[in-house]
Amino acid sequence: MTGPLDYLARWPLRLWLAMVGAFLYLPLLALVVFSFNDSKRITVWRGFSLRWYAELFDDGELVAAFGNSLVIAAASTIISLILGTAAALLLWRFRFAGKAALEALLGLPIVVPEICLGVAFLVFFTAILPWPTELPWPANLGAIIIAHATFSFSFVALVVRARLASFDGALAEAARDLGAGEWLIFRDIMVPHMVPGLVAGALLAFTLSLDDFVITFFTSGPDTITFPIKVYSMVRFSVTPAVNAASTLLILLTAGLTALALWLQGADIAKQAA
Amino acid sequence: MLQRPFQAPGVFAAVGLPPVVWLFALFLAPLAVIWTYSFGENRTLVDIAITGSWGNYARALKPLYLAILLKSMGFAALTTLLCFILGLPVALAITFARPRAKLLLLVAIMLPFWTNLLIRTYALMAILRTEGLINAGLGALWGLVPGLPPFEPLPLINNNFAVVVGLVYVHLPFMVLPLYAALDRLDRSLIEASLDLGAGHLATLWRVVVPLALPGIVSGIIITFIPALGAYLTPDLLGGTNSQMIANVIERQFRSANDWPFGAALSFLLMYLTFAALMVKAIISRREAAR
Repeated sequence: MTGPLDYLARWPLRLWLAMVGAFLYLPLLALVVFSFNDSKRITVWRGFSLRWYAELFDDGELVAAFGNSLVIAAASTIISLILGTAAALLLWRFRFAGKAALEALLGLPIVVPEICLGVAFLVFFTAILPWPTELPWPANLGAIIIAHATFSFSFVALVVRARLASFDGALAEAARDLGAGEWLIFRDIMVPHMVPGLVAGALLAFTLSLDDFVITFFTSGPDTITFPIKVYSMVRFSVTPAVNAASTLLILLTAGLTALALWLQGADIAKQAA
Repeated sequence: MLQRPFQAPGVFAAVGLPPVVWLFALFLAPLAVIWTYSFGENRTLVDIAITGSWGNYARALKPLYLAILLKSMGFAALTTLLCFILGLPVALAITFARPRAKLLLLVAIMLPFWTNLLIRTYALMAILRTEGLINAGLGALWGLVPGLPPFEPLPLINNNFAVVVGLVYVHLPFMVLPLYAALDRLDRSLIEASLDLGAGHLATLWRVVVPLALPGIVSGIIITFIPALGAYLTPDLLGGTNSQMIANVIERQFRSANDWPFGAALSFLLMYLTFAALMVKAIISRREAAR
C-alpha cells in the first residue's frame, strides 16, 4: 500500500536520501576503512593490517592522553551528576523568587558559544584562579575537570528533570503515611525512580567530556593533553593512518556509550508508554 | 494536591546551594571577567588596565574585523540555507515513513552527531585533500581517457568552499531534527486535501507544508545558524588564510596575539549575536504558543 504521502516510496526522494546518506557516511567509512590499510597512504588500498593500531599503543604520549581523557570524563561526570541532580531537584520541588532567572541561567552553558566559554576559562584559570601546574597527576587536570563539569551539568539537569516529571507523588505520600522520614523517602523511592535519568545523564556528561575539543584546547597545558587535543596535533602535523586508527577507536567508544544511553532512555520511554 | 517529598527547610539549601554557587563562581565569574576585560587596555604584555573604554568594540567594528564578522555570518547563513535544502526532503521522508523506517532514519541522521567533531572534520580533510579520495578518484578516471593533458587536482581544501562543505557536514542534523519535529505535528489531512484538489507535490510543499511548519522551520534555521556562526574547528582545519571566521580571530587574540581585551570584546560581540538569534526564536515560539 502506498498512499499519496508515502514519500519514502518515491524514487526522487530515495535518490535524495541516498545522496545525503553518502555525504554523511562516506567520509567516516573511508576513515575507518583506511585505518586498516597496510600502507602509509590513505587513498590506495594495500591490504588489511593492524599495524596502525599497534603503533598507537606504542605511542606513550597518546596512551597518556587517553588516560587523561578518561580521568577527566569520569571526574567531571561525577561532579556534573551531583550538581545536575541537585539543580533538577531544586527546580522540580521548590517554588522560589528568581526561579525563572535560575532556569535561564542553567540553560546558558548549553547555548553560549564554545569559543567564548573556552577563552573565559583560559583567562579565569590564568589571571583569577591560576591552577598549579606542578600538582601530581591527576590533580593537575583539575582546571579541565572544572571546565567540563560546568558545561555538562546543565545537560544532566535537563535529563534528570525530564525523568522527575513522571514521578508519582502518591508513592511518597504513602511512604510518609507508613512512617518513612524524608531521607528514607529520598533514598528508597526518589533515587530508584531517578536511576534511568541518572544513568542517561551520566553517559551524556561522559561523552560530552570525552568529545570536547574547543574548551579543553583553552584550558589544557603541555602536561595536560587530552585525547582530542593529541589527535588535533597529529592532524595538524600530518594525515596518516595512525590518526585514522585513533579516530576509529574514539568513534567506537562514543557511539557505544551513546547507544547505551539511548537504549536506556528508550526503555524508559517504552515503560512510560505502556 | 499531593505533597511532594522533602518538606524540611534544610533540603532547599542542600539542593540549591551547590549548583547555584557553581554557576556563579565557575560559569558567570569567568564570563564576567572577560566582559570586564573587554573594556580594558593592554598596558604591558601581562598587565591589563580596566579603563572602561569602548575602544575594543570600536576596533572590532573597523572594516578589517567587520569584514570577518560579516563573512562569518555569511558562511553561517549559506550553511543554514544548504542544510535546509538538503534537510527538508530528508525530514519529509522521516515524517511520513513507517515506524521502523522512521526510527532507522532518525538514528542514521543522529549517528554522525555523536561522532567527535574533530574526527568528522578530519574525515572530510582526508576526502578533500589534494591527494584525497575525490582527487585520486577523478585522477584515475582522467587517466582512462587517452590523450588528455596531465590531471590537475581540484582545489577542494584550504578555501571557502571547504569551510562551507565542512559546516554543512557538521550541522545537518541540527536542521533535520527540528524540521522533523515541526512536520510531524502537521495535520496530514490538509496536505491530502491539497493533493486531492489538484496541487502537485512541489506546490503543496511550498504553499501548504512550508507555511504551516514555518515556526519549526525558523527554529531549525536558528538552531543551525548559532553553532555555525561560532565554529572554530572547521575553518581552522579546512579553511585557508582567507576563510577564517570570528572564532579563529578570537582564538588568535588569546593565544598568539596576546591582546586579551580585544579578544574579549570580539567574543562578547559573538555572544550578543547568539543571544539576538535566540531572542528571535523565543519571540516566534511565544507568538506560536499564543495562537
